[in-house]
Amino acid sequence: MNATAAKILEAPRPKKSGAGADRTFELITSGAAWFVLVLLAGIALSMAWGGRLAFKTFGWRFITSPDWDAVGGHFGALVPIYGTLVTSAIALIIAVPVSIGIALFLTDIAPRWTRGPIAIAIELLAAIPSIIYGMWGLFVFAPFMAAHVEPWLSDHLGGKAVIGPLFSGPPIGIGMLTAGIVLGIMVIPFIAAVAREVFSAVPAPLRESAVALGSTRWEVLRHVTLPYTRSAMIGAIFLGLGRALGETMAVTFVLGNAHDLSASLLMPSNSIAAAIANEFTEADTDLYRSSLIALGFLLFVVTFIVLSIAKLLLLRVNKQMGRTH
Amino acid sequence: MAIRASRRIADVVAFVFATAATTFGLVWLTWILWMTFRQGAAALTPSLFTQMTPPPGSSGGIFNALYGSAVMILLAVVIGTPVGVAAGTYLAEHGRHTRLAAAVSFINDILLSAPSIVIGLFIYELVVRRAGHFSGFAGALSLAIILLPIVVRTTQESLLLIPDTMREAGFALGLPRWRVTRQILYKAAMSAILTGILLGIARIAGETAPLLFTALNNQFWSANLNAPLANLPVVIFQYVMSPYDEWHTLAWAGAFVLTAFVLLLNILVRLIARKGKQG
Repeated sequence: MNATAAKILEAPRPKKSGAGADRTFELITSGAAWFVLVLLAGIALSMAWGGRLAFKTFGWRFITSPDWDAVGGHFGALVPIYGTLVTSAIALIIAVPVSIGIALFLTDIAPRWTRGPIAIAIELLAAIPSIIYGMWGLFVFAPFMAAHVEPWLSDHLGGKAVIGPLFSGPPIGIGMLTAGIVLGIMVIPFIAAVAREVFSAVPAPLRESAVALGSTRWEVLRHVTLPYTRSAMIGAIFLGLGRALGETMAVTFVLGNAHDLSASLLMPSNSIAAAIANEFTEADTDLYRSSLIALGFLLFVVTFIVLSIAKLLLLRVNKQMGRTH
Repeated sequence: MAIRASRRIADVVAFVFATAATTFGLVWLTWILWMTFRQGAAALTPSLFTQMTPPPGSSGGIFNALYGSAVMILLAVVIGTPVGVAAGTYLAEHGRHTRLAAAVSFINDILLSAPSIVIGLFIYELVVRRAGHFSGFAGALSLAIILLPIVVRTTQESLLLIPDTMREAGFALGLPRWRVTRQILYKAAMSAILTGILLGIARIAGETAPLLFTALNNQFWSANLNAPLANLPVVIFQYVMSPYDEWHTLAWAGAFVLTAFVLLLNILVRLIARKGKQG
């Protein structure tokens, strides 16, 4: 709203009838806006309330203990927490370079007429429902991993020092590596979309001067584009991380729902979201149910922090680029 | 002027890397869609759309699941859209420069990416536990919560795209602000807001996690919103987890229907958006 319109609004009105309705309209819309805030607070509070029994019973051991024993009534969430972090890390290791490559391709390399269709195709990756990823992962991708990729990994890398333990174990196809790869595919479109947007927002004179100085395309990316877009890219990565941490259906099938702590990426494991999805309807005691809700609380708090960081970084970039939101 | 060989190689490597990365992304898309369509098309039968979900070992369809999903999506739109449009209007109009709007805008973006399984747990705590049973109504509520931030965001963005001169023209005619918003701005932003709602529908149509503990599933025909309600995503989930071949086949058929619906909606929305830009 600019100054003229504001002045007109403040000017005395000949008819007063509009003012009451205006006030009502503002009350309704601001009420709806408040509702968004209340909703988020309500979700956090109800998770904390639902999980209080587990937090009170186990204290810090809820996070540090690897024992998840439904029969004995001991619940420690270390395995799902570990699985969530490892699969998300694998996802980012795959998705970040691929997304940067896609953004570079779409802003610099691809023939102009192909850019639109390719960008839409990458965006469609985000439109496919996650249950489809999960189903494809279980019926198609996990057998593929078991037959072709994992035997090679354990033969060639399993015996090495340091990284050996990560790739040892039977090639069953279901485990943290497979889940991490599926997650990686899922977060590519989110990171690539932001990367493409900020890459194309790099001022042309900056890039052109680098080219005029004799830089190659790689040098322009490395020394101009990436430094210029650094905070937006970190924001995009956190956005992808937030998605990966909370993804449920894509990983539930391919993780294996095992509550054993294992160093090998080829072994079945669990994640916070998968544990809740698999076990919540079977939880037969209050403590069991409360432990699963407590897991939900942890997930919500962690994703809230990660997404807030992402949002703050991207907000700062938007401000630099002179946009309002 | 000669470029040193190492620099030229680095450039070629970057070129190859970017092309490979894009190919990598497109290969997954093609692989997933190809498998879903091949397996799904093989499983398509007319009875899919007329019969109920079968017990293990016999054939059937997914009619009750399609019905349940449709009802819950519709209800979610009916609940989520008015609240979302109102909140988005506040962010773009009355509250544009207020602190409340900044905070809501921030929180809304977080809700947009929040884990949907937590929303399922929230509705479980809020509705299912109190009522003592799973229900289609609870499922619709959790879908509405997922739809809400999408509608808020698109409403806000499409209203902000309208030039202020349009608002000023309305004020100059002596219209009160709410009538400017309702009769001028909403008309101008209508197609963009509808686009957002369609994208939201595409998103909630495939949401599985929030329905697991709210609507659950129902093997039989039921139109009762106060009881567990069959729905496509949870049927796919349960059938994939089962050891039965007939159920796996039905799950592929369901996956085909779901994916086709979501993709068509996405493509339709893009066509509308492109037409709007040209027009």
